[in-house]
Amino acid sequence: MAQVSLRKVVKEYEGGVQAVKGINLEIADHEFVVLVGPSGCGKSTTLRMIAGLEDITAGEIAIGGTVVNDIPPRDRDIAMVFQNYALYPHMTVYENMAFGLTLRRFPKDEIRRRVENAARILDIGELLDRKPKALSGGQRQRVAMGRAIVRDPKVFLFDEPLSNLDAKLRVQMRVEIKKVHQTVRTTTVYVTHDQVEAMTLADRVVVMNQGNIEQVGTPQELYHRPATRFVAGFIGSPAMNMIPARLENSAGALRLHLPGEIVLPVPAERTQRYAPLAGREVLFGLRPEHLTEPKNLDRPNIALVEAAPEVIEPMGMETMMIFSLDGTEVTARLDPAVPVELGRKMPLAADLNQMHLIDPQSGRVL
Amino acid sequence: MSGASLTTAGAAAPAYRKVGSIRRERRWALIGAYVALAVFVLFFLTPPFHMLVTSLKSSAEIADLSGNPWVVRRPTLENYWELLQQGNYLLHFRNSVIVTLVVVAVTMVISTLAAFALARMRFWGSATLATGVFLTYLVPETLLFIPLFQIIGGLGLYNNLLAMILIYPTLTVPFCTWIMIGYFSSIPKELDEAALIDGANHFQMLWRIFIPVALPGILAATIFAFTVSWAQFLYPMAFLVSSENMVLTVGIVSDLIRGDTFQWGKIMAGALMAAAPPLLVYAFLMDYYIAGLTAGATKG
Repeated sequence: MAQVSLRKVVKEYEGGVQAVKGINLEIADHEFVVLVGPSGCGKSTTLRMIAGLEDITAGEIAIGGTVVNDIPPRDRDIAMVFQNYALYPHMTVYENMAFGLTLRRFPKDEIRRRVENAARILDIGELLDRKPKALSGGQRQRVAMGRAIVRDPKVFLFDEPLSNLDAKLRVQMRVEIKKVHQTVRTTTVYVTHDQVEAMTLADRVVVMNQGNIEQVGTPQELYHRPATRFVAGFIGSPAMNMIPARLENSAGALRLHLPGEIVLPVPAERTQRYAPLAGREVLFGLRPEHLTEPKNLDRPNIALVEAAPEVIEPMGMETMMIFSLDGTEVTARLDPAVPVELGRKMPLAADLNQMHLIDPQSGRVL
Repeated sequence: MSGASLTTAGAAAPAYRKVGSIRRERRWALIGAYVALAVFVLFFLTPPFHMLVTSLKSSAEIADLSGNPWVVRRPTLENYWELLQQGNYLLHFRNSVIVTLVVVAVTMVISTLAAFALARMRFWGSATLATGVFLTYLVPETLLFIPLFQIIGGLGLYNNLLAMILIYPTLTVPFCTWIMIGYFSSIPKELDEAALIDGANHFQMLWRIFIPVALPGILAATIFAFTVSWAQFLYPMAFLVSSENMVLTVGIVSDLIRGDTFQWGKIMAGALMAAAPPLLVYAFLMDYYIAGLTAGATKG
């Protein structure tokens, strides 16, 4: 078990392209940290640098207090699970899982004990004699995880391990990974582009964008208190609505002027925070789940607006209704029981307790 | 426009109109393929069949031009018997086996290591080197044997089997390396990375992962090296002079043709027996060979 530290880590490829631009990150012992971000944000490169599969251009990576910059992968005491499983096709499941231990000259009994233990945790006991080609995608991924578990390493590294699985299996394996972590408690760094995976698995989520860390926090923090426009838009599905607005001060009360003549009052407890911004153009951010059919109207700071749906997406447990405000698409999340009709205006309740204001220039959440 | 014309046609024609049959097309394609294959097989099996027929005839029957040359009237094994009992045929066979086995072993060791390095260890100039390896294969041996003659002479290996063991790999190593570069490149990179993390060094990665995974490609390369060494004619012809040092290919023609006297029966018997080992190797490894060649082809 160990903590992982990244200090001013830079990765620059030939030709001067910087994939990772000097990031700092401290991962505690036993922690499950998920690196999330769009393609090309540097998350996989970061993971591969921790693994030792990529050289570090500048900065320092330490595992368990030891700087590992110049230590080859085999001596870093890490285990990695790859997106395409990377099982050795000519070996049985047992041999695949035992390979790392065999190379490290573990006694046969110990190897057997560890493989059987991992197989029990992952429920693949009956597959030990099979070759990888005789396994389904989910089973292969379990074996890949088994190969990591038997090593009992300081750190587990997962590189988009669920991306090759179908949606249903992905959810199932997600639960499985969480259970495994709760059992073995090994420090884990997990890379994914799927924010749902990130939110559900992580103790802390690291949102990356263009080689930088945008924000680090618990899933709840990222959801409720995003630091930047990028994080606000990336975390949450469907994405947060961001509507261009102007903040006006009229007789001591702040009001947001939205397209379509909509005026929303800023909650009193936020007046002080937003007062210096009066007269400025801002982005008004509100998650679809905070723009619903009229409900909780007795609570403070619930504003009613009217909108005519342009697209209706029934999802079963909820219905998404999409309308536009001067060209900006806005999504509302409705109870499926609420009658919705294309083009017919209906009232919506905006929960302004949950609103965000974003500076369109800097992209910072204000 | 097209929509309008479609509607008119649709109104006149029945709802479904059969325009072709996949099954019929497939049958014709199969018939065509079989006819082409039959012609091919007939054409290429005629010489071996003639060899077999001739090898079973006595010298007198071969010389007798009155009968049908494709029919054996009095089959005899005397050609085979004499070949195995008298002369240097068995010695030539042994020489061929020694040279081929050593050349195949040397080739496989060199090309496997070279291919692994060129396919996986990205180093300065590796791509150019890989192309360079293949280019050496394109230089014809008919050009090479003259300078090689000087080198072999200088080394004092003229009329020595060791010369063959030294020269044949110049033919086999480039092509085998090339096949295996293609095969190794098709192995997913994550497999090496998994092995590296599991604790393997480069040699263990090659031995425990690459060689077993790339076995079809390695067998294809082995068969190629075997065939080239076994059938090589020009170099032994140029560098071996005394009968006891010869390999089969030149041994047969130099021992069984005296002046203008061709011992056709024995030549054919000797050639047929010489063709047996490659045939056996192919028969056993054919599936692997094809798998190996195609894998190399798509990636190389």
